[in-house]
Amino acid sequence: MKKKKTYIQESIIQVILALFASISILTTVGIVFSLMFESVIFFNEVSIIEFFTTIRWAPVFDPPSFGVLPLISGTLLIAVLSSMVSLPLGLGSAIYLSEFASSKARKLIKPILELLAGVPSIVYGYFALTFITPLLRTFLPQTEIFNALSASIAVGIMTLPMVASLSEDAMMAVPNSIRQGAYALGSTQLEVSTHVIVPAAFSGIASSFVLAISRAIGETMIVAIAAGQTPSMALNPLGSIQTMTGFMVNMALGDIQQGSIEFKTVFVVGMVLFVITLIMNLIAKKIIARNREVYA
Amino acid sequence: MTRYQKKLRMRHFYNQAFKVLLFLVIVVSLLVLVTLLFDIFRKGYQTLTWNFLTSMPSGRAARAGILPSLVGSLVLIALTALISIPLGVGTAIYLELYANRRSRFFKLLQLNIANLAGVPSIVYGILGLAIFSQMLKLGPSLIVGSITLSLLILPVIIVSSSEAIKAVPSSIIDGSYALGVTRWKTITGVILPMALPGILTGSILALSRAMGEAAPLIMVGAVGFVTFLPDNLLSRYSALPLIVFNWTSRPQEAFAQIAASGIMVMMIILLITNLTAIIIRNKTQSRID
Repeated sequence: MKKKKTYIQESIIQVILALFASISILTTVGIVFSLMFESVIFFNEVSIIEFFTTIRWAPVFDPPSFGVLPLISGTLLIAVLSSMVSLPLGLGSAIYLSEFASSKARKLIKPILELLAGVPSIVYGYFALTFITPLLRTFLPQTEIFNALSASIAVGIMTLPMVASLSEDAMMAVPNSIRQGAYALGSTQLEVSTHVIVPAAFSGIASSFVLAISRAIGETMIVAIAAGQTPSMALNPLGSIQTMTGFMVNMALGDIQQGSIEFKTVFVVGMVLFVITLIMNLIAKKIIARNREVYA
Repeated sequence: MTRYQKKLRMRHFYNQAFKVLLFLVIVVSLLVLVTLLFDIFRKGYQTLTWNFLTSMPSGRAARAGILPSLVGSLVLIALTALISIPLGVGTAIYLELYANRRSRFFKLLQLNIANLAGVPSIVYGILGLAIFSQMLKLGPSLIVGSITLSLLILPVIIVSSSEAIKAVPSSIIDGSYALGVTRWKTITGVILPMALPGILTGSILALSRAMGEAAPLIMVGAVGFVTFLPDNLLSRYSALPLIVFNWTSRPQEAFAQIAASGIMVMMIILLITNLTAIIIRNKTQSRID
């Protein structure tokens, strides 16, 4: 009967492991459920049209106002400005590493980029507030203490390694025969990079861009520290703004009653954030799936 | 000079210019890292004393210490490891060795893990707040913080453990089966020992990410300024990124200075853990060669 006992044991183990695996599905269910639950109650009290179309966000004021657009525009400002840092620098680093650097240089530079990626975002937040902002203020005296530009530069630095590493992976995956073929036709490194390698690796590069922007949208501590707490539609890089994540942290730090309308705003804004990042991540995956070049 | 020669010269000129430009890009990226580290060191090294490490926080920067946050972070990460590593490795074993790859459940799992990896960390904080802190009434406790961080890094641990398990040669696994060894015994006796270094490297990197996270902890109600050490799973706690945030938010220069010291403590711990991960990775690479 030893055989039967072993069989039962093996089956139990399989069930336990399947349960472990379902935890990750339960996590998603839990996230969607907790966001939905409070959001539905919120939209019973505040009209969804007011929420998405009015331009004043002041949930703790009297009378309150629930137009989420200033938070979204603040978030987009950070996303756009940080992309101006992370995308060109990240792509440039990737092209250098993949097409120009000797293997020795690559071995030296890659770990440093990894180190840059491992720095916690709170540290970048500190750096933005105590180093980048004072630096900006010496050149642009009208810059406010809390401003979108300083936070964006820090977010850009933080997402740079991600763009560099994912784009480099995509470029390294382009078969060497294609590269050699272009060189054999007399192309310079610049021409090979821009006319052959980058187009061939386009899907990987584009998806790294989308993922970096999505990361910037979800980034919290840098904007909570350095970007300010002023919901604003002004799109002024040198002024104080508030992002969706910045608002959520700000509310969580304050003393708000559970079940109050202010409390529910945290979940509604979280819902908007979750949906935006989810869509961007799905887009990144679609780009890869649709444009993948298959090299036999 | 013929037109052709002129054009060729221009092409080479552009190429050289591009090369210089890219080199500058790399230099700028590296310079940023050096500046960041140097700036924090310059601001923080003076106040990084033994007293700072062993004192409670205080309203006066000169007397403030980091002890509850240091202990809090270590306990928090230890608990997170206890929860996330078994769950993550278990899931990876299931995905790689048990699940039917054509089943719906398998495809759902894969899609789900990929999407979870892209969810902003603050959203995990919302999950922790709604489900564990409020629905299960666990409040802003140590255990809620560790569960939240565990769920956050679970996708990373699953993916890296899956890679490590995949790298075990199938000939060795088949050899074990051929000797009549059961699946579970093959896993514990053959596959896991061989995949262990990869699993460890991935887990350590994931845990060091958890160590630097502040946003999800703030969402579940953790605060930086705590003047006691956690003594059970339900006690309140502080963590290094939280106290750094607290000090950074204060306008006084003296707090900015000790915030830099706090960052140094955090970065030193991260450096040690990352180096450990790299050493483990390098050791095993040479063993397989």
